[in-house]
Formats: sequence, structure tokens, C-alpha cells
Amino acid sequence: MNQDLKITDFYQSEYEKQRGNLAGSELGWLKVQREQAIKNFSENGFPSPREEEWRYTNVRPIERKQFTSVADITSTVDEALLRGHRLESADSLVFIDGQFSAERSDLPQLPEGAVVKNMADALASHSELLEAKLGRALHDESHGFLDFNSAFFSDGLFIYLPKNSALSKPLQLLFVSTKQDVAQLSTIRNLLVIEEGASVELIETWVGEAGHCYLNAAVTEVLAGENSSIKMTKLQAESNKSYHFGGTYVKQAKHSIFNHQSFSFGGALVRNDLHTGLRTAADVTLDGLFLVGGRQHVDNHTRISHTQPHATSREQYKGILSDKARGVFQGRVIVQEGAQKTNSEMNNHNLLLSDNAEIDAKPQLEIYADDVKCAHGVTVGQLDDESIFFLQSRGIDSERAKNMLTFAFANEQVEKIELADLKLLVQEQLLKQFPQEGIEKEWL
Amino acid sequence: MLKVENLHASVDDKEIIKGISLYIKPGEVHAIMGPNGSGKSTLSNVLAGRDGYETPEGEVLFNAKDLLEMAPEVRAQEGLFLAFQYPVEIPGVSNIYLLKAALNAARQARGLDALDAMDFLTYVKSKTKMLKMDEKFLYRSVNEGFSGGEKKRNEILQMAVLEPKLCILDEVDSGLDIDALKIVSEGINSLRSPERSFVLITHYQRLLDYIKPDFIHVLADGKIVKSGGPELALELEKEGYGWIEEAAKA
Repeated sequence: MNQDLKITDFYQSEYEKQRGNLAGSELGWLKVQREQAIKNFSENGFPSPREEEWRYTNVRPIERKQFTSVADITSTVDEALLRGHRLESADSLVFIDGQFSAERSDLPQLPEGAVVKNMADALASHSELLEAKLGRALHDESHGFLDFNSAFFSDGLFIYLPKNSALSKPLQLLFVSTKQDVAQLSTIRNLLVIEEGASVELIETWVGEAGHCYLNAAVTEVLAGENSSIKMTKLQAESNKSYHFGGTYVKQAKHSIFNHQSFSFGGALVRNDLHTGLRTAADVTLDGLFLVGGRQHVDNHTRISHTQPHATSREQYKGILSDKARGVFQGRVIVQEGAQKTNSEMNNHNLLLSDNAEIDAKPQLEIYADDVKCAHGVTVGQLDDESIFFLQSRGIDSERAKNMLTFAFANEQVEKIELADLKLLVQEQLLKQFPQEGIEKEWL
Repeated sequence: MLKVENLHASVDDKEIIKGISLYIKPGEVHAIMGPNGSGKSTLSNVLAGRDGYETPEGEVLFNAKDLLEMAPEVRAQEGLFLAFQYPVEIPGVSNIYLLKAALNAARQARGLDALDAMDFLTYVKSKTKMLKMDEKFLYRSVNEGFSGGEKKRNEILQMAVLEPKLCILDEVDSGLDIDALKIVSEGINSLRSPERSFVLITHYQRLLDYIKPDFIHVLADGKIVKSGGPELALELEKEGYGWIEEAAKA
């Protein structure tokens, strides 16, 4: 408790120091929002395992450190790291330690009336639009990281796509954390406003220099208009000493399609929130893969709310845990009273490669309508002995056989990626997590 | 090629194989027949090195080397091949990758260089052509969603690619209709050679209509109770296994 007090005091004073320099600090409406947020955060602090939605993830290691954002970035960026994660096929916005880097970004050609900007600039140029939309996807959300992000966010992406418009290429967000003398804090807020019939493909890539300790606390809001189509991929391959909170909150209007793929490989403590609310005949597909070892902890918290009839949701997450790693999968599907003819399917399969690894898998179906089709399945297991023997009987030693089977289990999720160079990038990241025996690049 | 001498094998302290001797020369085809529970599958599993079997007595020499001392992958690298009764499905691993990894493991064990992607592809396509298989097969995940017949054909393809010295086919006829059985048998026959030996393990005589063995051994209650030429199969077909089991008990 004492520690809580201290850390909230610390961030209160950080806020007071920074508030004049925060993005959009001249905007009265934003100031009100930020002041309210820091007030809430000061009262409640970071989420506690006493909260049901945070039961399996204790963020104490984050509370024990004092993260601070260095306003003046003088550090050198590992350009090779940046290059290694950049997609040829996509336009890009690059953020270094939470600040937009215009010279490293390739901004897209815009259709008429569209906006694609970094958040800090957008607050200056599109204040009215942002005042109307910012925070709209967060109405039924509340926890400490959201307040924390609302108080401190420094930059991020703002997209506005008008009716029936589309970007000509996918858009990549590259978030790079560099080596700093202090425990660096980056607070990113993204907002996607995709109007009726518009479509976009967005790739979030989170990377950091190995061995470096920092905190990313990011919030992404998505407002998906009627008949819009949104595809997002999140690749989190950060330093194994870093901390990551990334929450994506989606509001899906009628007949909209939202497709999300999540790949979590890095970080000491990672929490991904992915929540969506579905109106009539909206469609959502969530696919995820988390692969962690050592003492890593990764928590995937998903929530799909069917609020109106005829919507469909499909979700598959796979987890692979080795050493003393700990994984959490919470998959909550809520079918509200009016959401008849809901069609929902959720499954989560986990592979425990060590006796000391742990997974807490919690599927949660809450159904208040009577004419629905909902299925869910969760498995936790080891590699299949019969499959290992089969490979051995073909001359492949057991170590290679296990690597092959583990890679195959994971690769099924990667195979779902359509964009060729993105698939390759994710596979490269996946391969890095494997002992190389038995896995060949040519397999890909 | 293979010398099995007074082999005993047990599972969980229960003796299943109670002293089997078997001598197989290069190029020979031996059929091992017998009723359910006679120890047929145990024999193939012990030879291939599956976990969970004890062999307190007897020895097995494969090309003059102690087979029972070898890890399963070493047995395979030495040229032993087991075609599974129930081939496993491995989602996410393509056939072509499995074949390449298996072939190169064997080549490296013999001190040869691994084949590169192009050479391997030429080689493996010559095998699919020989077995009249669609090349699309190569790019599917191992046995995933395959029919019973496709799974068995896939085993034969692996055999063709690995070019083993001794092939043990465990109930290769199970779950096959007559057309599939013909196709699989044709594949096996095309792989017969003066250097390569086969052990066909089967419950039914009908497989032997398609693959002619040189010798037939009848297994009952963990022992070979009768050995003979191909004519023994006809006798079994007529008489069933009843008299054999009686004889084993006596």
C-alpha cells in the first residue's frame, strides 16, 4: 500500500512537471481530460490483482520502477534494428521512444478528405475532430493503465478515413525503444476513425534494444463505421527486460469487419487488452500467438461483446511457454439479451514445454440471449509423444523433432498472415525464439 | 540383414513376446501373420524403438549391429523403416519439409552432404512420379485431413524417398478398400529389390494376394508357432487361426 502511494505521488509530480509540454497542452478540452485522468490514477494507481480482470497479472514490477519520459531524445537509434523490421510493402510512421520521427517515416498518399498524422500534430490541425472522437472507444473501459495513458500520452497515430475511402498501401507503425540512461516511459495513443465503407490495414511493430528496461503504455482506439473493413496486426518483439501494456479498444458499427492478429514474443511483463463491441451483423476475427520463455509473463485479455443480432466472432489464441514463463489467456464473450443469432467461436491451445511453465486459461462465456450458437475450447498440453516417435522413426532426433513440432504449432498462426513480407517478418521473429536445430528457413 | 534371436519383450511387466527368432536376408519378403493380441504390433514397435517396451532377453542384430541399443532415429538412419498402422497427423509441417529433414538426417549420419533445395526437389519429384502421386501432396501438412488410403500412400512415399534397407509394414492393409490396397501394394512392389527386405505384418491373408512373400510366419501368444512358404497363407485362409491358437496353448 505504501508503495502504491509513493508511485502515484511520483507520477503526479511527473505530470505536473510535464503538463506544459504534453501533446495538445494548449487545448482546453484535452487538459480537462488529462487532469481527470491523473486524478483517477492518483486515487487508484496501476491495476491490482484484486481486480477480477487482472487476477493473474501482478504489475508490481512496473510499480517498483520510476519510468520517466525523456523529452529531449539524444540517443542514437539502432538503424539496423529499424531497417530489420520495416515492411517494403507498407507506408510507415516511426516513433522513437514515444516521439514521432518524421524523417524516418514514409507517409501515405491520401485520398480526398483523409487524415493520416502523428497524434501530436493532429491535435494542432484537427482539434475539433479529435475532441469529438478521442476517448469514444473507451467509454466502457476502466483501469489504471487507461488513466495513465490518458494523462501522459505523448504521441501516436491519428487516422481519419472518410466514407468509402481506402489507403493504397498497408500502414506500418514502428515503435522503437532505444537505450537510455533512465527507465524510459513511452505513452502512445492511437486513434482510428474509419467511416462507412472505408478500409485500412495497419501493422503495429514494437521493438526495443535487447537488455534495455523501459515501459510502453499504449492505447489504441478504433471506431469502425458501418460496412468498414479493418485489418490489424500487432507484432511485439521487445527487449526481454521491458514492460508493455497495449490496449486496443474497438467499436464496430453494423456490418463492419475487424480482423486482428497478435504476436507476442518479447518483454518481461506484457499485457495485451483487445476488446470489441459488435453491432448488428458485424464480424470480428481475433488470432493470437504468444511464445515466451525465461521468466517472461504475457497476458492476453480479450473481450468480445455482442450487443445486437447476427454478429459473428471467431477467436483463436495459441500459447507456447517454456522455462519459468507464465502465460495468461482470458477470453470473454458476452452475448447481450438482444443479440440473437449470434455466432461465436473461441478457442485457446497452449503448449507447456517445461514443468515450471504456467498458463492460466480462462474462457468466459456470458450468454443472455436464447437463440445463439457459441462454442469454445481450451487445451493445455505437452507435445504429442506419438508425433515425436513418428519423426524419430524417420531419422530425426528427438530434440529436432520437438523443435519441429513446436514450430509447426506456432507457425499455423503465422500462416494466416496474408501480406507476404509481414509473414516473413513474423516468421523471422518466431525463428529467433527457437533453438535452430530442426528448423530451416527454407521451410517458410 | 536382420537377425532376431530369442527375443522377449514386455510392457508394464507383462510379457507379450515370449522368445522370437527370425532371420531375414537381403531382398527377402517375410510376412508375419497372427490373430489379434498375438504380439505382431509389439514386435514392430520393439524393432522400431518405440518407448515403453522392455527387452529382458534376446538380441536383435541389424547388419551386424545391436539394434536394441540404438535410438529410434539412429535405427532409421541405419536403414530401418517402420510404416505405421495409424500414421500421425502433423499440422503445420509440410510433407516436403518432413521428407527433406528426414533424408538429410540420414545423409548426414552417413557422412554425406545435405541435399540442397533444388536437388532435393528433383529427387522427391522423381519419387512421386514413380508412385504416380500428385505433387500437390508434397505441400500439404503431413497426413492432415488425408483419407486412410492417402495416409498409407504417404508412408510409402516416405519409404521411397528414404530408400531403407529393411521396411517393416505394420498392418499396412488396415482401413483400406480394395482399390486403395491395390495402389499401396503396387507402390510397395515397385520398391522391392535384391538389396531391400520387407516384413509385412498383417492379420489378413488378402494383402498377400498383392504382395507375394517368400516366407510366412504365424505368431500366436508371443511365439512363432509355424513358419513356411507362401502356401501357408492359403492354409490359414481355409482353417482360420483357431487351430494355431490351440497349438500355441498346448
